Amino acid sequence: MLPAPFEYHAPKTMEEALGLLDELGEDAKVLAGGQSLIPLLKLRFASPAHLVDINKIEDLDFLEERDGTLRIGPLFRHKSAERSSLLASRYHVMADAAPQIADPIIRNRGTIAGSVVHADPSGDWGTVLLALDAELVLRSKSGSRTVKARDFFSGPFSTSIQATEILSEIRIPAARPQTGGAYLKLERKVGDFATVAVAVHLQMDDGKVGSAGIGLTAVGPQNIKAERAEAALRGARLDDATIKQAAALAAEAAEPRADHRGSIEYKRNVVRVFTERGLKRAYERARGGG
Amino acid sequence: MGQSITVTVNGEKKSAEVEPRLLLVHFLREKLRLTGTHIGCDTTHCGACTVLVDGTPVKSCTMLAVQADGQEVTTVEALAAGGTLHPIQAAFKQEHGLQCGFCTPGMMLTSVALLQEKPDPTEDEIRWALSGNICRCTGYMNIVKAVKSAAAQMKTSAAVPEAATAATRS
Amino acid sequence: MAVETPLKGNIGDSIKRKEDDRFIRGKGNYLDDVVLPGMLHMSIHRSPFAHAKIKSINTEAAQAVPGVVAVVTGALLAQHKLAWMPTLSGDTQAVLATDKVRFQGQEVACVIATDPYVARDAAALIEVDYEVLPAVVTPQNALKPGAPLIRDEKEGQTNNHIYHWEAGDKAKTDEAFAKADRVVKLDTFYPRCHPSPLETCGIVADINPATGHATLYMTSQAPHAHRTLFAIVAGLPEQNIRIISPDIGGGFGNKVPIYPGYVVATAASLLIGKPVKWVEDRSENLISTGFARDFHMSGEMALSNDGRMLGLRVKLLSDNGAFFADAQPTKFKAGLFHIVTGSYDVAAAHVEADGAYTNKAPGGVAYRCSFRVTEASYLIERLVENAALEMKMDPADIRLKNFIKPEQFPYMSATGFEYDSGDYPRAMQLALDKLGYRELRKEQAEKRKKGELMGIGVASFTEVVGAGPGKHYDIAGLRMFDSAELRVHPTGKAILKLGVKSQGQGHETTFAQIVTEELGIPAADIEVQEGDTDNTPYGLGTYASRSTPVGGAATAMVSRKLRDKAKKIAAHLLEASEADIEFDHGKFFVRGSPSKSKTIQDVAFAAYTDLPDGLEAGLEGVTYYDPPNMTFPFGTYLVVVDIDRGTGQVKVRRMVAVDDCGVRINPMIVEGQIHGGLTEGFGIAFMELITFDEEGNCLGSNFTDYLLPTSWETPKFEMGETVTPSPHHPIGAKGVGESATVGSPAAFVNAVIDAVGHLGIKNIDMPVTSDKVWEALNKVGAAE
Repeated sequence: MLPAPFEYHAPKTMEEALGLLDELGEDAKVLAGGQSLIPLLKLRFASPAHLVDINKIEDLDFLEERDGTLRIGPLFRHKSAERSSLLASRYHVMADAAPQIADPIIRNRGTIAGSVVHADPSGDWGTVLLALDAELVLRSKSGSRTVKARDFFSGPFSTSIQATEILSEIRIPAARPQTGGAYLKLERKVGDFATVAVAVHLQMDDGKVGSAGIGLTAVGPQNIKAERAEAALRGARLDDATIKQAAALAAEAAEPRADHRGSIEYKRNVVRVFTERGLKRAYERARGGG
Repeated sequence: MGQSITVTVNGEKKSAEVEPRLLLVHFLREKLRLTGTHIGCDTTHCGACTVLVDGTPVKSCTMLAVQADGQEVTTVEALAAGGTLHPIQAAFKQEHGLQCGFCTPGMMLTSVALLQEKPDPTEDEIRWALSGNICRCTGYMNIVKAVKSAAAQMKTSAAVPEAATAATRS
Repeated sequence: MAVETPLKGNIGDSIKRKEDDRFIRGKGNYLDDVVLPGMLHMSIHRSPFAHAKIKSINTEAAQAVPGVVAVVTGALLAQHKLAWMPTLSGDTQAVLATDKVRFQGQEVACVIATDPYVARDAAALIEVDYEVLPAVVTPQNALKPGAPLIRDEKEGQTNNHIYHWEAGDKAKTDEAFAKADRVVKLDTFYPRCHPSPLETCGIVADINPATGHATLYMTSQAPHAHRTLFAIVAGLPEQNIRIISPDIGGGFGNKVPIYPGYVVATAASLLIGKPVKWVEDRSENLISTGFARDFHMSGEMALSNDGRMLGLRVKLLSDNGAFFADAQPTKFKAGLFHIVTGSYDVAAAHVEADGAYTNKAPGGVAYRCSFRVTEASYLIERLVENAALEMKMDPADIRLKNFIKPEQFPYMSATGFEYDSGDYPRAMQLALDKLGYRELRKEQAEKRKKGELMGIGVASFTEVVGAGPGKHYDIAGLRMFDSAELRVHPTGKAILKLGVKSQGQGHETTFAQIVTEELGIPAADIEVQEGDTDNTPYGLGTYASRSTPVGGAATAMVSRKLRDKAKKIAAHLLEASEADIEFDHGKFFVRGSPSKSKTIQDVAFAAYTDLPDGLEAGLEGVTYYDPPNMTFPFGTYLVVVDIDRGTGQVKVRRMVAVDDCGVRINPMIVEGQIHGGLTEGFGIAFMELITFDEEGNCLGSNFTDYLLPTSWETPKFEMGETVTPSPHHPIGAKGVGESATVGSPAAFVNAVIDAVGHLGIKNIDMPVTSDKVWEALNKVGAAE
């Protein structure tokens, strides 16, 4: 399997990159980690005329907490998330998800931002961002705009990003004390896409749930934010009944399709089971355990 | 269509005119005739083509040669610095960590990077780190043993760490 | 650093492998590493449909791409009578489709170009006008009246039925069932899977236009047989064909057949006058080359009330794809499936098999298996498990009760196999002890009270490997013997040339060790050569675990032949009578005075410098070994699993594997073979699957969906061994390469059934995926 021909651009600055995208429009694809795009090129499922490689641009590989916001740069790679003590201590859902992305070698090159823009409904990071209520900064030659994660995904491999834009920063509200999260993923083997995965992010307040985020992977045309389940948790004590109710609502929010990974009923059930287990684990962590 | 690139491969600067679509693995195998790097799949699953790019394991079938411009690439051919086997090579032979040999270069390079990061990995850490490299022959048992044995060797032998870093630095 | 080996390499020594030195340095020489001057590259255009009539093929756009040298179609091949080729089962297979395509991925046209990227670009530009026909994707549907006829080009073929075949005694079996207290039944499907060696298949065909000599570098497990078949298919004089099978990156049966790509590349090289390389990509490998299994099995076991097995009845329906291309001995249409009585003393058995054409890739290769033995072993071990379940007996106890007893060997099975040797209770007892079986049963009972699902799977397999004898077993008419040629040089170093061909099994080490044992030449001094038909004696190749049973026996016999000659020379050197010369570990001496001796090296030198009168010079010989019987390796595998009731995930907690493959030549290598086989068995049991949708589209066409186990999910294996030598093999060895893949799938599945059987779940077909387990639990109200 070999890619079809294309022209390659390796701009040294963001401005240069945005200028190229502005000029080339739909004919160009941005190349970050390339771990989804290059296989697509090889299988000739994608044949863009131009590739704009942003890897030569400096200062795009960052993860920092600043002004009450966790900021992630376009070249921040899965492997760095996997090894981040900041994420391990305060952003459990991200720390859980990172080592479950693809396989270790792919994680060395693949980026969080690239994965989010690729918008595979079986992709993990979109779900995590939905649970964390993240915002995405989309930059073009003419300026930048900020989009909520929940407004970003519009279908399989489809988002509100324009061909002239680059996802220049992911912004996540900084974790406060008593925050816990978890990411549970069912995959058939390492390197497989998720059959089902559930992201949970909890903010506890005085023994009650302050806010809750629940995201679902691979059970719909796009990553799903289980908003009714989140609402049911808000302000509630996390007893078994509440957990069961939220899990049932998350399962209802799923829109799985039957395929060789399982039936609709099966996938819905895994959503329910994982939401229950995820909430318990997140709660433990919010209380300083696990 | 051609694009000039200069890649430091196994410590030597290599310049070439390549098509942008040329995969790094083909650059290494076809242009430089470094055939120790193998191809086992089309979809970035098998890891037979794993090389080190600036010291990090990368599947060279999922990176363009033009992307390696200005970077350092290490292949299996550089592991035995000055003709002396790297401890990982010796351990793969000692522990019967290979059969057909096709996955072996990728396995060893991933292992070298693991031991750089974690000089004393547990069995689970080894299995986790190698889970992007598929072996059809060994069932991984002896590969895990080989990595453990190389780790022990690299800790006890004074001369060895030098060779190890030379291999990934070159 | 160097790896020292203090051992000389006698049988039983785990010396390090001689072949490793090149592999660990990246200096192996695999097919894709072969580059010849002026070499062109081939890419294949394949059918997107499972069944369609070809109305026209337009190659103009492809031909116009700069760098394209030729486009080959079936019509062009037909002019040279090469559009069809024979299969290993006596059927025919299209090289390039002329009339219609019969499976998705079938070869339709080939582009030959100066660069592989250009060949690929041009292949995508070939336009084929198809008239899509209804696809037949199951053998059951294929055999229904009125099913679309797949092989309409075959004279006299009026339906999709390929063969009917029977083994055993039907009347006697019916009688046993009539007398039985109980009958246990199991319908199960052993799904299509694929050997998927990490290296795909390929060829570099180099035909010299001036001399007509063809040098074919091929990923071939059977280079000599392939040379003969090429001579027949391509009409080339056999002395002009040289097949070189270089280092092979795994085979597992995938590299036994001759594929259309090989034939087209050879034809193209002949027509163009330049070398042509074709290397499959992974998708091509999975969708078009030799698959394995795809057997629908219906088994019945007759039992007495106390759990004695009285009879076995099996009906098989095999899905052979569009061309009957099983690689197996001619007489046996369902391979050696009739080994299905396994490790048990069953007085009566009968097997009935039918094969059907479907719109799927052809193949029927034995994926790490000796001709359908895997399917047989799986069926009997699953049936025994279900018998235990239904009769509320312990799965280990029912086996112990029914095993063929050690004193019954040689044992004639109800279907006509003469088992050479075995001690089944000993292997099982060792496995049970290693696992702590009875303790784990207690733990299981405790867990069950708490609603937790834990299972212990048992499988006690017996395999049949090492074909011939040649009077019964052949491949495409060629008798299944094998060969060894040994040349001892004047300085006492040796070259051993074999008719078999390693794909990673370690022949360069193991076979040297046989010579070491027989002649005393250290293994380090013996070069083992294989794979080049010009430079090795004729042999049938490496598959079906036959290298050690047959090629290994040939090696021992040729060594003994040279030892006999060496004795004459030693007598001459020691000035004694030949009858008084004794030999021990490389030394010849006069009986009673071992201090006065000549080494094999002394004798080798004398063979070229100081011979007795009347003796031919040299110390070289060749042996073609026709085994008197097959060998019957066996063992017991135990698996412990825990099941998540919420997701259906099965976690293999432990696995104990006790194998008996007779005498182990290099125990390290033998264990390595077993590790690999267990892992492939694990893959088959839980994840490896090639399946199709209703239109015949292949699902599982790359590693995204054809799942191979990684280091993470693969269990850790606890190994054990017993040694029951084969009485007829010169050194008592049996084949071992495939035992673990044959025996382990049933152990894994039995563990799952053992965990859920009490809930009323009696079967889950492979691959046992999480969703299937959960669905089964859900159906009986036991899921979380």
